[in-house]
Amino acid sequence: MILGTTVTLAFRAILRHKLRSFLTTLGIIIGVAAVVTMTTLGNGATAAVREQIASLGANILQLRPGQGFGRGGGGPRPPDFKPEDVTAIANQIAGVRAVAPQAQTSGTAIYEGNNWSTTINGTTASYFEAQQWALESGRLFMPEEEEAGKPVCIIGSTLRRNLFKQDDPLGQRFRIKGISCQVIGVLTTRGQGGFGQDQDDVAVMPIKFVQRRFTGNRDLGLIMVAVDDAYDTSVVQASLEGLMRERRRIKPGDQDNFNVFDTKQISDTLTGTTTILTQIVAAVAAISLLVGGIGIMNIMLVSVTERTREIGIRLAIGAVASEVLLQFLVEAIVLSCLGGLIGMFIALIASIAIAPLMQVPFIFDVKINLLAVLFSAAIGVVFGYFPARRAAQLNPIDALRHE
Amino acid sequence: MANDPIIRLRGVTKTYGSGPTAFQALKGVDLDIQRGDFVAVMGPSGSGKSTTMNILGCLDVPSGGSFEFKGHRVESLDRDQRALLRRRYLGFVFQGFNLLSRTTALENVELPLLYRGEDKKARYDAGMAALDKVGLKPWWDHTPAELSGGQQQRVAIARAIVTHPDVLLADEPTGNLDSERSVEIMELLTDLNLNSGITVLMVTHEPDMAAFARTIVHFKDGLVERIEKGKRS
Repeated sequence: MILGTTVTLAFRAILRHKLRSFLTTLGIIIGVAAVVTMTTLGNGATAAVREQIASLGANILQLRPGQGFGRGGGGPRPPDFKPEDVTAIANQIAGVRAVAPQAQTSGTAIYEGNNWSTTINGTTASYFEAQQWALESGRLFMPEEEEAGKPVCIIGSTLRRNLFKQDDPLGQRFRIKGISCQVIGVLTTRGQGGFGQDQDDVAVMPIKFVQRRFTGNRDLGLIMVAVDDAYDTSVVQASLEGLMRERRRIKPGDQDNFNVFDTKQISDTLTGTTTILTQIVAAVAAISLLVGGIGIMNIMLVSVTERTREIGIRLAIGAVASEVLLQFLVEAIVLSCLGGLIGMFIALIASIAIAPLMQVPFIFDVKINLLAVLFSAAIGVVFGYFPARRAAQLNPIDALRHE
Repeated sequence: MANDPIIRLRGVTKTYGSGPTAFQALKGVDLDIQRGDFVAVMGPSGSGKSTTMNILGCLDVPSGGSFEFKGHRVESLDRDQRALLRRRYLGFVFQGFNLLSRTTALENVELPLLYRGEDKKARYDAGMAALDKVGLKPWWDHTPAELSGGQQQRVAIARAIVTHPDVLLADEPTGNLDSERSVEIMELLTDLNLNSGITVLMVTHEPDMAAFARTIVHFKDGLVERIEKGKRS
């Protein structure tokens, strides 16, 4: 008997018992729907994390004093970087696309009746190049403005919205930490950073101005180094470490009193975590698939008993054992595949509905869906085989007498 | 060759179980059945007539002796080989009709053709022709539940003859029918025997039905007691 005929027979048998078939396959439907929904949402979450990290800037190394985040616990406070370090990096390290010093503080900005507390970021024009952060309007700092530390300011979109409301901020003067400065540019919106902070709530000013008027020293809390795409980040990182050890006079064997942080590392770590979480949730959901498979085996066994006489008729008519086996196996596979397809469809609807609530993008992954259907077919084979073999091994005389 | 019997049983025994509980259902049956014969098998319960029919239908194998069917030594064939013999040469009619429920008459009749791998068109044509032969063509799309007992048995007969078998085995085909329907079924079987050349083997315990046969074989205690000629021979 050809396979096509067997499939036809299987469909006939399934349609003959619609409700029972539906209940049988319900386990698979729920299982597949759960697994596919979880993985789809998980992938969306991973993508969302990756996107947020990417907003930190690609291929950026951050130099900070101390070890790890912050400045470390006890012991003498490691010295901050100096502007000379920036020059040295720019001149001595190969593969650096842009290097930007940063001195950060915070303060209140006042414009007419509005005031807004924001982050003040003292840096150079290279900062925007390193961050690949474009201006929406206006211009960057002129070299003479940087050199002289002029009171000019490029503002982020959050600050602009809260301080200037509907007004065009370009060319306007406002007071920040009590000092008047002029808006020369407005940055495009970047959204949330990798750690949830609002990157657009910022006033970027020439570093010399910030150091002279606000921090009162020449210290740099952070140096941002953008690596050229053609260079390997880890190689650049290694030569950066070497240079800084030399400049900070760290003896061989002593620990670094600074750290070089690769944004790609954070990205990998965080996306790795999300991926693992997704896998765990999917694995839990997969257990329901297993239960669904056992449900199919259960009903197929009942079905074989109930249809003993039918099997007897088929055997008497001349069906060989393998044909009976195939018939019941195909029935189980068709049931579980149908379950898989329905489950996939439900997962699709559920994911599209839930993704916006979780604030993750909906990503349709062909691979996952294909895998889910293949897996349900495999469940059909595994859990359908035992009942099918039982059917095939029936004795025709006994089967015909079965009441 | 023409006079060679289509079925030849020699010293056929059948024992169920083993050891002290063993039961010998057949104790050495010799029987020849000629092509085109209409044989009624009679005998009280436990006489071995059902066991013989199971063996003749290639559903069971003898414990001893030989069973030759169309030149095949059936006792040496395995399960699947016997299934293929049934598929090619045999048709079955049962007392309880044994139709698939929730399945139309045509689909029931087409069933043996499915296992022969015939295509849809061939199945439909042969199925309709068989239904026509038993006078049920207009009922082709009715399920067993929508048919009377006599009609169900006719569908079963159509299913048995759709493959143009050499031998039709009928196990108490009229056992569940009233006398009027029984006569109709017997006339149908007689017609198939005479006009389609099908050898009919029928188990019955009703002498009225056996009277339709050409040969009547009486079983007793696991042996053929006597063979008599029927009225139609």
